[in-house]
Amino acid sequence: MQKSWRRGFHLPAVIGTVPMILVAVGVFVIGVGFSVLWSFTSSKLFPTYDFVGLAQYRRLWADNRWLISVNNIWFFGLMSITCNMLFGYLLAVFMDQRIRQEDLFRSIFLYPFAMSLIVTGLVWQWVLDPNLGLQAAMRNWGWSSFSFAPLVSADTALYALVVAGIWQGSGVTMAILLAGLRGVDEEIWKAAKVDGIPTWRTHVSIVAPMMRGSFATAFVLQCVGVVRVYDLVIAMTGGGPGIATSMPAVYVIQLITVRQNVGQGMAAATMMLLPVLVVLAFGGLVAWRRKRQGETEA
Amino acid sequence: MSAAPIAIQERSDLADVRPYGPKPRRMSPGRIGIYAFLIVAALFFLIPVYIMIVTSLKGMPEIRLGHLFSLPHEPTFQPWADAWLHACTGRDCNGLSPGFYNSVKITLPSVAISIVCASINGYALTFWPYKGANLLFGLLVFGAFVPYQVVIYPLIIGLSSVGLFATLPGIIIVHTIFGMPILTLLFRNFYAALPAELFKAARVDGAGFWRIFFSIMLPMSVPIAVVAVILQVTGIWNDFLFGIVFAGRSNWPMTVQLNNIVNTTTGVKEYNVNMAATILTAAVPLVIYFISGRWFVRGIAAGAVKG
Repeated sequence: MQKSWRRGFHLPAVIGTVPMILVAVGVFVIGVGFSVLWSFTSSKLFPTYDFVGLAQYRRLWADNRWLISVNNIWFFGLMSITCNMLFGYLLAVFMDQRIRQEDLFRSIFLYPFAMSLIVTGLVWQWVLDPNLGLQAAMRNWGWSSFSFAPLVSADTALYALVVAGIWQGSGVTMAILLAGLRGVDEEIWKAAKVDGIPTWRTHVSIVAPMMRGSFATAFVLQCVGVVRVYDLVIAMTGGGPGIATSMPAVYVIQLITVRQNVGQGMAAATMMLLPVLVVLAFGGLVAWRRKRQGETEA
Repeated sequence: MSAAPIAIQERSDLADVRPYGPKPRRMSPGRIGIYAFLIVAALFFLIPVYIMIVTSLKGMPEIRLGHLFSLPHEPTFQPWADAWLHACTGRDCNGLSPGFYNSVKITLPSVAISIVCASINGYALTFWPYKGANLLFGLLVFGAFVPYQVVIYPLIIGLSSVGLFATLPGIIIVHTIFGMPILTLLFRNFYAALPAELFKAARVDGAGFWRIFFSIMLPMSVPIAVVAVILQVTGIWNDFLFGIVFAGRSNWPMTVQLNNIVNTTTGVKEYNVNMAATILTAAVPLVIYFISGRWFVRGIAAGAVKG
């Protein structure tokens, strides 16, 4: 298709996209740039331009609270993404068995996603409350030694966050993967059946690889959610007990607002940006190479 | 798109079943297993909300007995009234209602402005790509992945330098900024799928940028606009972080006030009031979810498809 005839300078098009120009350049380039810049300064409550090199990063990585936050986000991320994908896929497979009341089940699995993470966090805070929630109910029913209060202990609080994350997010994974399953050609199932391949084997070896796109979509959604997990922690544990469930997202906000240490906060924010940049660069490289391969083949 | 393939599938389903005759079949153990799994999963999703509703209808003495799952003996709506009108956040005891009105004041303009901006962006990017437009779009897509924490502080400084930090216009601008990447992507993909002849014909007839947008593109954008509205209303209503940072104390949205009411450390915890407050906060997005049904899923998926 000829594209050149409509390329050129159209003033209305530029005027119409002024908000986009401001946001793309002003926020996502200049804003991010300033965050990185301030991470090299000794800014406290207000930004200064007193450069101190990598001192903020050294202090950051010597801060126990930050180290715990980083550990937590890896653990939480791996656990919640893995569980979400597995549970979501299982739900999708079971939903795909021509069941009755499919819409009802779909609504039930998906509705937590419509609610705020604050709501999710508060709900699970109560369900897991030792004096009020599951533990108390079980003891009242006569199981007096029943003990289940993950939020009270520093070792288990993170698992509680994972459970809440699954409750909120696995319905979406299910919906996306179910759409992917429905997109797989019926003939493939029939062919596999004729060849005598067991159903689970068809799923693992044939259908799942064909659903790469759906898996990628669900995975990206999960990853973005994990990096941004803030509301859930604030509502459910407040980062506690102690600092056991602190996360980088919580850490940065605390440094900016409560501890008034902008320089170190920006260093932490830059560290949050780094893995995102690496992944995006890798993804861009793969897409670029695939495009070039396509061009040389054509 | 979503309804048609499923309708076809149901029909082929019938075709498969018909040879067995009208007699209802017994469920095989496998089918029972499938339903058992789905029902257990459904209970996992439903129980927390059941607990919330039941508890919000009990009085505090009954809650202290610790019968989490039992239905209320003497149902009372007092906790709901308290949550709406009298629950305390620190010193103020006006309940959640101010937060509700704040959320409405934040959500409506933010949704409208962000969708107008995004539709123009998508239209310009698809049909009027000027030099550098694709680079801008790339930056915007990058913005969709940037952790909020990286840009929050520069935004605080930027907005306070023009006197908009902690104001209603300030929080509206912030929501517009962070809604723009996904929405622009949504609209651009939608316009790119339209036949190019439509645009060329209008161009040959002498219509300009705005004329084509208002007369041709906008009327065709209703389906994608619906998806965008659902996405934005639920997203902005559920937002907590931007609200607490950028809205300022007098404009705090419902989610922030809810968290303040519930996680207040002073006084006796009134669980029934807290749960009623939580249900009230979740009500708006839930209503949208149940009305919009499959559109909701499409909105979520559309946001990540090309990301």
